Amino acid sequence: MNNIFILRKDIDPWIKRMAEERTVFAPVHEGDAVVYRACDSGLRVELDTMPTTSPKEIVFPQNETLLTYTRGSGNEDGSVGVETTETLPSGKAVIFGTRPCGARGLLIFDQVYNNERIRDAYYAARRENTLTITIACNRPRPTCFCNSVGGAPDDSKGSDIMLYPLDDGFVAEALTSGGEELLALAPSSPAGEKAVKAKAKAGQAIETMGSPMDLSEVRKKFDLCFTDLAFWEKHSGKCLSCGICTYLCPTCYCFNITDEGSEEKGKRLRSWDNCMSFNFTAEASGHNPRSAKAMRLRNRIGHKFVYYPELHEDRLACCGCGRCITACPSSVDIRNIVKAVQEYSHE
Amino acid sequence: MNVLETMKKCIREALPDLDMVMGWEQGFDTLHATPLFMETAEDVDRLILGPTCVQSLAVHLPSLKGKKIGVVVKGCDSRAVVQLLSENLLNRENLVIFGFGCDGVVSLSRLKKKLGALDFIESAEKKDDRLCIEINGEQQDLPFDDICAPKCLTCSRPNAIISDHFAGPQRTPRIPAKGKTALEKFEEKSLPERFDFWKAQMQRCVRCYACRDSCPMCVCRDHCVAVSRNPHFVSQEATASENFMFQLIHVMHLAGRCVSCGECERACPMDIPLGLLRAKSTEVTSALFNQEAGLDQEAVLPLLSFNIEEETIEEHD
Ligand code: SF4
Ligand code: SF4
Ligand code: SF4
Ligand code: SF4
Repeated sequence: MNNIFILRKDIDPWIKRMAEERTVFAPVHEGDAVVYRACDSGLRVELDTMPTTSPKEIVFPQNETLLTYTRGSGNEDGSVGVETTETLPSGKAVIFGTRPCGARGLLIFDQVYNNERIRDAYYAARRENTLTITIACNRPRPTCFCNSVGGAPDDSKGSDIMLYPLDDGFVAEALTSGGEELLALAPSSPAGEKAVKAKAKAGQAIETMGSPMDLSEVRKKFDLCFTDLAFWEKHSGKCLSCGICTYLCPTCYCFNITDEGSEEKGKRLRSWDNCMSFNFTAEASGHNPRSAKAMRLRNRIGHKFVYYPELHEDRLACCGCGRCITACPSSVDIRNIVKAVQEYSHE
Repeated sequence: MNVLETMKKCIREALPDLDMVMGWEQGFDTLHATPLFMETAEDVDRLILGPTCVQSLAVHLPSLKGKKIGVVVKGCDSRAVVQLLSENLLNRENLVIFGFGCDGVVSLSRLKKKLGALDFIESAEKKDDRLCIEINGEQQDLPFDDICAPKCLTCSRPNAIISDHFAGPQRTPRIPAKGKTALEKFEEKSLPERFDFWKAQMQRCVRCYACRDSCPMCVCRDHCVAVSRNPHFVSQEATASENFMFQLIHVMHLAGRCVSCGECERACPMDIPLGLLRAKSTEVTSALFNQEAGLDQEAVLPLLSFNIEEETIEEHD
């Protein structure tokens, strides 16, 4: 498809125009964090660093009201009815300025919530009405490892528009018809030679990354080390068992359901849950199959690098964004743990 | 022998009688240290001590009760150990404390506000009262006071206040710079302004509970009221008001126990200034009970004791 060039200063009018029809979620600074917020201009938008939070919240919000309920009137037999109202999300959205790994994260979500077998109505309602505008990475961070998990700094999979950065603006390419419509709203000029230059730059970025990790033995070795609790205790010793890694991760998709409100009225809420928390697997009996953080961290690794690929055609459930590494208060490095599994040998 | 080598030597000598010793090693770049659990003499080679050793390792101690553990502590970390001991949450005889005189630690949050994203750091080194770092191919030379953890600016106890081994020289405590504290400045704002401030801050909390889980004094761990289902004290909904509610619970449960280590604020991935809330609670409890947490192993917690007539509380008639 045609490539066009958008000046940096024209990002603002472009967002304004898109925002007339859709909610545009773009990264903005809050404190030292960079978070996705609904924007109706491009003034505060930060496009040069990796956002702290991941774009998953736009299609899978931290809190989703599934239904609201009120207590009905009493029946003759003494029972009490409940009236419920479904609350399906509506409205169109744009994710503006994710990185290729974030877009890949959404594809990993789709395998779980919106595919031939399963259609989660809430997820699908958002996902199908959301377009993704991705910025290629010219300078991968030292903690990025998309090249080890099937991605690349210029990977366009899952994006409706790719933006390839140059100093003064972006070469833009629409990859879907939805993307074309959005791109038509941007003040632009033909990209000409800039297209080749910008794409080459993004294409070369992968060379600045370390060589891809060897993950060939991970699945086999995971079976071997699964019951070696000492191994997992060693690797989880410094983990605090908090929720940072899962909540910032573009691919962690687990949720919890609670009824919030009173006996008279309230809502059924779906909220993010995380496998690093003790409560995640606490059973009503009091038993907890993952009572120690070693078992929980083992699950986090296992889910991303073993269980998910077993279910989904060998695709990994990690997009290599490195958020869990940079944001962890203990600087736990998932790469080191996966590497230790790959190199695991019986004592 | 410099401080680090002295410390390594102490640890190597003590290690045979211990299950492990906790210290720090370099993390994924030169600005990030990561906890190091040393079990063998070779592990000790990786130990570092310096301005990136931010984590309070005291947070891990209660969960290791029953083992013989050594722990390396900065001045502020040692207060958490003292407080845990005073609350009977640790066995002193199973604990070997390795202290040193701390020279201050870096605040990545303050550094980010000065330099922008910190992704491409080549080197970072403290030279006297400056931090020299190479970032994005440029050399930056910053006054340490501009980028250190706020707690270090007013640190009156840089030397571990409890230790079995102390490596290197004692540091001279800071004379806090004159001027208003962050809390005093904040309290100059009107009540509606302060409320709006917290609403905006709490809005971005993701309820990851890292503030709680990095707090050495938060010892309920897996049984926190915030996640209790029955009773359902706090809604799962991560709205500003619910998030604030959780913070106030944390503050109240830490009243008179908070050792002002700042770990909650440091751990927060969303850069929410949680320290302000803790500072307020510490101000109130120290004024009421004339007590500071984490200084006296024999002290009884003000909220665990009861006097018919509290010296500092005026009774109603
Ligand atoms: S790995 Fe880090 S972020 Fe994840 S639970 Fe452990 S301490 Fe928290
Ligand atoms: S596990 Fe870590 S590196 Fe992988 S996608 Fe999640 S946050 Fe990114
Ligand atoms: S660490 Fe920050 S984001 Fe996480 S729960 Fe605490 S205040 Fe919220
Ligand atoms: S509340 Fe914060 S400052 Fe106080 S002891 Fe806990 S982590 Fe440290």
